Amino acid sequence: MTATVEAAAPAAPAKGERASQILQHHGALMVLAATVLIGAIAFDSFATPQNAANIAVSSSFIAIIAIGMTFVIISGGIDLSVGSSFVLAGVLAAYGSRYGVLVALLLPLAVCGTIGLVQGLLVARTGMAPFIVTLAGLLGMRGLMLAVSGEGANTYLVEDDAFASLGQASFLGLTVPVYITLGLFVLGAILLQRTGFGQSVYAIGGNEEAAALMGVPVARVKTLVYVISGLLAGLAGALNAARLSSGVTILGAGLELDVIAAVVIGGTLLTGGAGGLTGTMAGVLLLGVIQSLINQVGTLTSSFQQVVSGAFLALVVVVQRLLHRAQHLS
Amino acid sequence: MADTAAVLPKPLGSRTRALAWLQRYGVYASVLALLLFNVAFTPHFLEVANFRTQLIQVAPIVIVSLGMALVIGTEGIDLSVGSVMALSSAMVVLYLGYGAPVAIVAALVAGAIVGASGGALVAYAGVQPIVATLALLVGIRGLANVLVPQLTEFRNPTLITLGSRSVLGLPLVVIIAAVLTAVVAFVVKRTIFGRQLVAVGGNRAAAKLSGLPVRRILVTVYVLSGLLAAVAGVLATARLQASDPTSLGLLMELSAITAVVVGGTPLTGGRVRVLGTVMGALLIQLLQATLIKHNLPQSWTQMVQAVIILAAVYAARGRKK
Repeated sequence: MTATVEAAAPAAPAKGERASQILQHHGALMVLAATVLIGAIAFDSFATPQNAANIAVSSSFIAIIAIGMTFVIISGGIDLSVGSSFVLAGVLAAYGSRYGVLVALLLPLAVCGTIGLVQGLLVARTGMAPFIVTLAGLLGMRGLMLAVSGEGANTYLVEDDAFASLGQASFLGLTVPVYITLGLFVLGAILLQRTGFGQSVYAIGGNEEAAALMGVPVARVKTLVYVISGLLAGLAGALNAARLSSGVTILGAGLELDVIAAVVIGGTLLTGGAGGLTGTMAGVLLLGVIQSLINQVGTLTSSFQQVVSGAFLALVVVVQRLLHRAQHLS
Repeated sequence: MADTAAVLPKPLGSRTRALAWLQRYGVYASVLALLLFNVAFTPHFLEVANFRTQLIQVAPIVIVSLGMALVIGTEGIDLSVGSVMALSSAMVVLYLGYGAPVAIVAALVAGAIVGASGGALVAYAGVQPIVATLALLVGIRGLANVLVPQLTEFRNPTLITLGSRSVLGLPLVVIIAAVLTAVVAFVVKRTIFGRQLVAVGGNRAAAKLSGLPVRRILVTVYVLSGLLAAVAGVLATARLQASDPTSLGLLMELSAITAVVVGGTPLTGGRVRVLGTVMGALLIQLLQATLIKHNLPQSWTQMVQAVIILAAVYAARGRKK
């Protein structure tokens, strides 16, 4: 996934280093395969097309947000505001649906994209820490969402069938958001791996000063990744509103944590400069599969899933650090 | 940072000086301005009952923020504090059968263990504080919910005393917050550990080279943050006479970070402003109270809070190392 980074390192990687790099880049995929295998052996109802479709559908919203988050994290930043964007977008989309499908889609995208732009400009132009800028964004957008929804008292219903079908219509057993996720994944992967913009994102995350010296438009690229993140969180929120036929105001709080966990589990380093979308998708699906397995057991509550995700995230970052050390010692 | 500025006697521009002043004293000025505004425009503001309410409500935020200030002083962050409050609350319920003291000790031990885990991840595994404590935020909230799945009420005389009694007219909760503030301020200003903590945050490599036990200091700081969050959790539980791990301490990490940052502690570490942090917590509390008393909705509080965080960090920006 990180062809750019590896190409930049002149020395040929040693054998052990090679193995640890494979583990770092494809670890999530391997664990995902192993988990699915265990699930299939342990539960009869796990490896069914129906259950696979359920996992795909419920993971698609987090996946869309995680694509944007991957760009932000590779650039060396973080976006804590995506959970609030998601909720705000859902409320705006449901509200806008009375004016037709176009407004229902464009209103949340415009608002979340603009807020992403403001956050990006603050990060890129003032040098404020991304974590604190987007924390303010988290609070501000939560406030905005409450203001739009009459302090959370009004739940707007989706009043446009065409818009609702964007979230509910299904084709070959999978709903539209799953296909949108796949499309965005391909687009995102091309953008990240095959364009100058993608190269710049890696370069900035790897070494911002060096990137600036090489003539990378650092401020512009950094601003854009937050716009991408804002837009995708907005899109996910709008699609979720279409799925639920209403702008639910309480869901989505804390979503940013699930998304960041998925990206990190997928092998993207929070220090920036390395990672990729395949890993992120594996991370998202892994969390989805774990959730599904916990549901299969039946006696375990969804709180238990939080315990597992938390422990898993901790394990992954520790392994990443150990691999990182091994690579730098060898 | 002021220390660096002292070494390099470069004349500071008036804009930089204004920002520096704002970073240091902005929170005091804002609290004062809000107080004056309320005295002038809010009916019944100057009543003792109102001050009592405000202080009781701000006490848990202050206690959690003290720990957060220490962690941020080492250039770290602790996102797990809200979940630690929930876990300590769950522990109180689980161990209340053995008496209140056992329950409280169990809660504090749980907080310390969570802090130690976070500290170990940061100090020994080299994980970034934001991810290490993020994992704990998710996992520990889940654990608290697994241990106590629903809102559980109880009646315990010792805990009622702790949560609701007053001594010399001051609520016990407020006295505890004040004492803890004094202790933390003393630790930061007057003890070797306080110096070491600030040194680790200011320049970790230099601290290591000069022989400081950097890892032990980091672990201790996260343990303290966990302990303080557990104290806040116990007090909140005692006050409510109930434990609700699903909602207790939710988003507390945001309030605490806001209080610390607004109070003038830079996110880049190397400095801890204890009194500023308390003022920061007071500012958030007063702001909420003011908006509520003037019938402005909750949404305003959050948007104004967002602007305040940005302003505080923007002011601190000019003095980054």
